[in-house]
Amino acid sequence: MVLEELVQIKEQELASRKKFTLRCCLAAGCVSSNAQAVKDALDRAVKEAGLEKEVEVRGVGCMRLCCEGPLVAVDPAEVLFEKVAPADCDALVATLKGVPSQLKRGDLTAPFFKHQLSIVLENCGLVDPDRIESYIAADGYLALRNVLREMTPQEVVQLVTRSGLRGRGGAGYPTGLKWATVAKTTSSRKFVICNADEGDPGAFMDRSVLESDPHRVIEGMIIAAYAVGADQGFIYVRAEYPLAIQRLQTAIRQAKQYGLLGSGVFESPFNFNIEIRIGAGAFVCGEETALMASIEGRRGQPRPRPPFPAESGLWGHPTLINNVETFANIPPIALKGAEWFAGIGTERSKGTKVFALAGKITNTGLIEVPMGTPLRTIVEEMGGGAPEGGQIKAVQTGGPSGGCIPASQLDTPVDYESLAKLGSIMGSGGMIVMDQTTNMVDVARFFMEFCMDESCGKCVPCRAGTVQMHHLLRKVMDRKATSRDLAKLEELCDMVKNTSLCGLGQTAPNPVLSTLRYFRNEYLELLQPAPKQPAAVAPATGIF
Amino acid sequence: MAAKTLTIDGQMVGAAEDQTILEAARDAGIHIPTLCHLEGVQDVGACRLCLVEVTGINKLLPACVTKVTEGWEVRTSSERLQRYRRMVLELLFAERNHVCAVCVANGHCELQNLAVSLGMDHVRFDYQHPRLDVDLSHRLFGMDHNRCVLCTRCVRTCWYIEGAGTLNVAGRGEKSKIITDLNAPWGDSTTCTSCGKCVMACPTGALFYRGVTVAEMERDRGHLEYIVTAREKKQWIV
Ligand SMILES: Cc1cc2nc3c(=O)[nH]c(=O)nc-3n(C[C@H](O)[C@H](O)[C@H](O)COP(=O)(O)O)c2cc1C
Ligand code: SF4
Ligand code: SF4
Ligand code: FES
Repeated sequence: MVLEELVQIKEQELASRKKFTLRCCLAAGCVSSNAQAVKDALDRAVKEAGLEKEVEVRGVGCMRLCCEGPLVAVDPAEVLFEKVAPADCDALVATLKGVPSQLKRGDLTAPFFKHQLSIVLENCGLVDPDRIESYIAADGYLALRNVLREMTPQEVVQLVTRSGLRGRGGAGYPTGLKWATVAKTTSSRKFVICNADEGDPGAFMDRSVLESDPHRVIEGMIIAAYAVGADQGFIYVRAEYPLAIQRLQTAIRQAKQYGLLGSGVFESPFNFNIEIRIGAGAFVCGEETALMASIEGRRGQPRPRPPFPAESGLWGHPTLINNVETFANIPPIALKGAEWFAGIGTERSKGTKVFALAGKITNTGLIEVPMGTPLRTIVEEMGGGAPEGGQIKAVQTGGPSGGCIPASQLDTPVDYESLAKLGSIMGSGGMIVMDQTTNMVDVARFFMEFCMDESCGKCVPCRAGTVQMHHLLRKVMDRKATSRDLAKLEELCDMVKNTSLCGLGQTAPNPVLSTLRYFRNEYLELLQPAPKQPAAVAPATGIF
Repeated sequence: MAAKTLTIDGQMVGAAEDQTILEAARDAGIHIPTLCHLEGVQDVGACRLCLVEVTGINKLLPACVTKVTEGWEVRTSSERLQRYRRMVLELLFAERNHVCAVCVANGHCELQNLAVSLGMDHVRFDYQHPRLDVDLSHRLFGMDHNRCVLCTRCVRTCWYIEGAGTLNVAGRGEKSKIITDLNAPWGDSTTCTSCGKCVMACPTGALFYRGVTVAEMERDRGHLEYIVTAREKKQWIV
């Protein structure tokens, strides 16, 4: 593959475009509400109407408003049909000839769409994830070509550093700094890993990116590999995402056929291969050292850091590990420049963030907004607030490692530092909205149960501490706890946070701590009066 | 090899650059409590008893896996560390069925000794009382999961000193369990060499010689270190 071929593919693809395009969402959300049958019905309807020469039916990725799926968009009319059933398809195709219809139409000027700024998701819902040509037509792999032909690896690292991009996997570590560390190691073998484990309950950002635009992630990985000097990559994706796995496999095969992966990428001396590794769905395998152990074929358990993966990772070699969304940001940065990217967002949080909006909210789905967007804009304007006149009580971000932000703090801008100040974290992008019917102690208990079940069991504070914290939260819920139990719970939160080996245990107390901080009353209301006599100090079972 | 100078509990200590805080402290006569650490096998930093404070670093560091750094000021026994250590022990005692009075290791148990030395005199958390098995299928040894603290000393010994790879951990979280082969009874294991090194490694009454009764399970704690030193340094005195 050389530039001329790339341009040629793009031109051919654009020239083959028909007068109308019907984009039918085939990402997991819509597929689960029968979108595949809709796509088939559209194909049939177009054929029966004799419009095959004028209309292309394209299966695409996520078009954001998952709760209204299956979604079908019409180009160039800019119409979005919602909740399309196979039986609607004849009428839908007829609208192309100007026949009016009763089909439900989405309002593309609504705040849900208007406030979005698509960088990571710019092709999501537009390109056909199963066809590399469709990605190339949207300037796909052009960034890779420019990088390989016009930049040294050091310049690529500097580009990413200047962009201010921070890791989207949760902790927000500066991506450029991570790349520079791996690039500086002198090892003859290095690896690049894409973390697509996405285990947070309620999160589906990475899944949507992989299902909708897999080539973008692959392109980001190839650029990263060139920058740090790696020749082998792995994508670690959970088995629960079969569609993402299938689309990645297709994408890797196509990229190889076009000489974009393998030996001599873009006819340069640079070689790079990608293999997929399928995780069995343990949450802890998203933690980088556990993930690497799992790729190596060992038990997926974290190990103490240092050494960090950048220094000693897969099989002891320097390894760059980034999240799906982090890699997906790379091609646009390489195409449009670090300054363009750094111009979006806030002082210390650059670019955009993808969130999966879920819970007690009118519009659930996928959104991408500039960093610094106030939470209120997201949940009230874009999300449309709580359904059926309910009232938003809190917003949970960061999943089991995050916290609950009370409605009174909704004016907080979404960036790494502001969320941390409130006792939550940005996390990977799950955002769960809760209304007045939600019991916050139960929310804390739910997340603690999750951490307890997902603890790998290696270190004592997390393995046994989550069990005790969960037990105490249960006791509070059952109205059997006293103020002494609450004190024990708080003491355990402090201990588990400060003594656990990996991020899972260190952050497991966060949902409890943040609900205690903002909704302490709900705990107090459930407490029993403390017994007058101090409880006997002797344990129930003799130890000594 | 370059030397590093640091202070541990206010005392100036010299250490080789590849030494851990635990080793440097031990050489200086400063005791840091440990449970998952076992001389001779690689450390995993799992029990968190050896956590120490270092001035200027807001995370606690496990002494057994943290290499010394020039100029560090290390504190090994602040009030906070002692409180955390007692809680680790409380959590362990509440997790399984540690009934010392009827245990083979009573009087020779590292868990019990730690409780005494760290002043953990009662458990404030509710006992979980799990129902767990005892595997008595092996001709020479027994495994009582009620007494196991999941330190994995036996597993590491089996893999890295004996090289048999019989023992392993299955399950996760509180359901973690030491298994032999692919969770078959120990007596049916085709890989176990019956060397007994795991029994020597176990800090509690979880692994024992068949036939011992209450408080009889004594073991030679120095033996594994002796084997490893002899192998690696060709030196027969530890
Ligand atoms: C318990 C736990 C689970 C994690 N799960 C994920 C995950 O599913 N996806 C992810 O990208 N990072 C996850 N991480 C963070 C990774 O360890 C790592 O920091 C991240 O992949 C680095 O990528 P980034 O720099 O691009 O954010 C998890 C961390 C912990 C402690
Ligand atoms: S904190 Fe939890 S998940 Fe992490 S190593 Fe410890 S037991 Fe395993
Ligand atoms: S059997 Fe003994 S050595 Fe093995 S993990 Fe349990 S307590 Fe540790
Ligand atoms: S001895 Fe260091 S963590 Fe157990």
